[in-house]
Amino acid sequence: MATKLPENRAESVFADYKPAYQTPQALAEANRCLYCQDAPCIGACPTGINIPEFIRKIATGNLRGSARTIFDSNILGMSCARVCPVEVLCVGDCVYNRMDQPPIQIGKLQRYATDLAFESGWQFYEAGPDSGKKVALIGAGPASLACAHRLRRFGHACTIFEKRDVIGGLNAFGVAPYKMKADRAIEEAEWVLGIGGIEVKTGIEVGVDVSFSQLERDYDAVFVGIGLGPDRHLGVPGEELEGVYGAVDFIEAIKLEPASFEGVRRAVVVGGGNTAVDCVREAIGLGLGEVTMVYRGTEAKMSGYAHEWKAAKIDGARAIWRRHPIAYEGDGGRVTGVRVAVLDDDKQPIPGREELIGADLVLVAVGQSRLLDLLKLDGVRMDSRRILTDADGATGRPGVFAGGDLANGAKEVVNAVAEGRDAAVAIHAYLTEA
Amino acid sequence: MPDLTTNCAGITSPNPFWLASAPPANSGAQVMRAFDTGWGGAVWKTLGQPIQNVSSRFGGLHYRGTRAIGFNNIELITDRPLEVNFKEIYEVKKRFPKHAVVVSLMVETEQEWHDIIKRSVDAGADGLELNFGCPHGMCERGMGSAVGQEPTVNERITAWAVKYSSVPVLVKLTPNVSDIVPHGLAAQRGGAAGVSLINTIKSIIGVDIDRLVPEPRVSGASTNGGYCGAAVKPIALHMVAALARDPMFNLPISGIGGIANWRDAVEFIALGSSSVQVCTEVMLRGYRIVEDMIEGLEGYMRDKGFERLDQLVGRAVPAFSEWGDLDLNYETVAKIDADKCIGCHLCVVACDDGAHQCIHNDPNGSFVPVVDESECVGCNLCQIVCPVPGCITMAEVDNGFAPATWNEHLYEDAVLRPKKGAH
Repeated sequence: MATKLPENRAESVFADYKPAYQTPQALAEANRCLYCQDAPCIGACPTGINIPEFIRKIATGNLRGSARTIFDSNILGMSCARVCPVEVLCVGDCVYNRMDQPPIQIGKLQRYATDLAFESGWQFYEAGPDSGKKVALIGAGPASLACAHRLRRFGHACTIFEKRDVIGGLNAFGVAPYKMKADRAIEEAEWVLGIGGIEVKTGIEVGVDVSFSQLERDYDAVFVGIGLGPDRHLGVPGEELEGVYGAVDFIEAIKLEPASFEGVRRAVVVGGGNTAVDCVREAIGLGLGEVTMVYRGTEAKMSGYAHEWKAAKIDGARAIWRRHPIAYEGDGGRVTGVRVAVLDDDKQPIPGREELIGADLVLVAVGQSRLLDLLKLDGVRMDSRRILTDADGATGRPGVFAGGDLANGAKEVVNAVAEGRDAAVAIHAYLTEA
Repeated sequence: MPDLTTNCAGITSPNPFWLASAPPANSGAQVMRAFDTGWGGAVWKTLGQPIQNVSSRFGGLHYRGTRAIGFNNIELITDRPLEVNFKEIYEVKKRFPKHAVVVSLMVETEQEWHDIIKRSVDAGADGLELNFGCPHGMCERGMGSAVGQEPTVNERITAWAVKYSSVPVLVKLTPNVSDIVPHGLAAQRGGAAGVSLINTIKSIIGVDIDRLVPEPRVSGASTNGGYCGAAVKPIALHMVAALARDPMFNLPISGIGGIANWRDAVEFIALGSSSVQVCTEVMLRGYRIVEDMIEGLEGYMRDKGFERLDQLVGRAVPAFSEWGDLDLNYETVAKIDADKCIGCHLCVVACDDGAHQCIHNDPNGSFVPVVDESECVGCNLCQIVCPVPGCITMAEVDNGFAPATWNEHLYEDAVLRPKKGAH
């Protein structure tokens, strides 16, 4: 079942942006933790990891216990340690910030404990006694993995349907490579599956290869964790030119495959969200010459995290604010530039103001489409952005639950894990009541 | 500039900072380097019949990431030939006539004491220190703490030394006794010019839990060692103060035990020490620490208006009281400075689990805890755990009761305030 990725993937050129702690660093940082009571960092973690407890266990050398404390709340704690925007979550709420002292580097400590657990092959959980119930999970990303793992602890049989050949979801093919490489995410997914009793059917797209109603007939409950759809594009002339890519497509390509960027001297990233900032930093890391972010708003209004954009600027990124593409221009079928309208403060084009920004590569990071069609079913509520669920993932259609980007409108991996885990508890209640 | 000139039991030095008898004062080259760095005196590593040492010899007590807050050793007295030691003592004194060179001694018979004292004085020793304290290795041979634990033996050997010595004799006391006072008095009866304390505390510093062998490990075993370092300071301070306040005891004291900086030195001096001896912190950080010790002590004396060191000696002794003479009507409560509080709630959990359950989460939802002053017993625990300097203070409460001690209550019917937190 293990998916072998090629060794010479484009992402392999990246080093870790936040290098792993060596033991002396981890001990020094762990000993600095105040071990707060009712610690704010716990409240800031979507999965509610008992952070002071796992840090104290690092300090005392109880590393197995430290890892278990993390995994008890977050079975994907190893990748979350790398990919979480800790600056706006746990680390951002560390009480040391309130006394103008450097906050505890919780992500690095979590990585220290979970990497060790992972590399040591520690398994902490056993499947519960067979309940006789079967649950289908759609998508093999963080939400489904967390859900399936928790369901197995309750003893329910799980089958994950994944349309790709690769498991791990966005953790495998969407995470910036200077945070985590694809193979690590896949290995982690396999480690999660190590609890046993989770069948993974890759290459099967629900709605195409098997119908949703078939799953509802064959299984006692269904969890939908299919994330978001393909990149959106702006619908401007020239999108078909070679060298114009959707951001998610581009990131997936560099994470899973070798890539050549010969002849690319200037890259333009369209957008101002976190995917755009990721693309900027990845393009710089790949050595794609001059990398420019083109965003219709201002630096103050961009939705990408300030700490990520700051890091991108340190990497050498530049941005052109209040510009919006109106066409991609090319030569011989290859893109050569982005024609942009200059916008006013209300993001409206200023008449007669256009510019041409030279580009050999254009990455369009203006959002992803939604995969709502699969769940256009009686009882399922949705708006234009997401499936609407209860806090525990129930969709309103009996036996159908959802979590992750599909249900939260696109948040972090850690949110998907929390939602998958909590949905498992709700599914267990659904399967065992009456 | 305050005058740090020191006179402890007739032994004078430019400042009160002496190297204790230990590895940092093992050789002439070391002691000269220490004096060059600023140390005022040195008590030479104990001379006696040179011994054979083991490896390893030292162990550290590490706590929450801080290395060696406590330390122990199973090293014995000098392993160098006596004639080499005496030659080096002579050379040091020749180069540093104003610095204190005290020679620590440990031998068995009266004749041996006679001989070694004569040689020490001939070499130029400014004083002698009788090692009646070493709690490992030597005591099993009838020396060290085996002497210090028996007041009659202590007194007899002290008397020998005093008889044969033309320089002041200090007796170094062991803390491995239930009450230090009879031992100090024994030295006084024997004619000692002063005492130095504490020597190290009999200890096992830790256990190697992989090998299940105590530390420091010598092949497959270990032995009890002498505990020292910052962690022993409270024990040493108490023993120094217990002697200093005893009405029968009137010898000068050279204070030893966990002195790591000038603040520690001020504490020892204030509780009755007229010089202080340092070993562990030098072993951990080197002779160079003395610059800050001198500067810090001078700064403190200048700030507090002390011109000479002897004005500070023993100044805190009168305030070292018996429990029965403490004012039971003195009342404090904890106050939390909301502007400084960072919301770690360490005070809440400490008070809840370890004290009197009177600090609570704010019912209005702020992260600043609330002290129930009607229940607060003023124990200080919250202030001790609070990581923010000055955030929690213990505020005095005017409860309207006149001061009253337990003894006054017992014998004079003094009125005590109602107890708090005792329900």
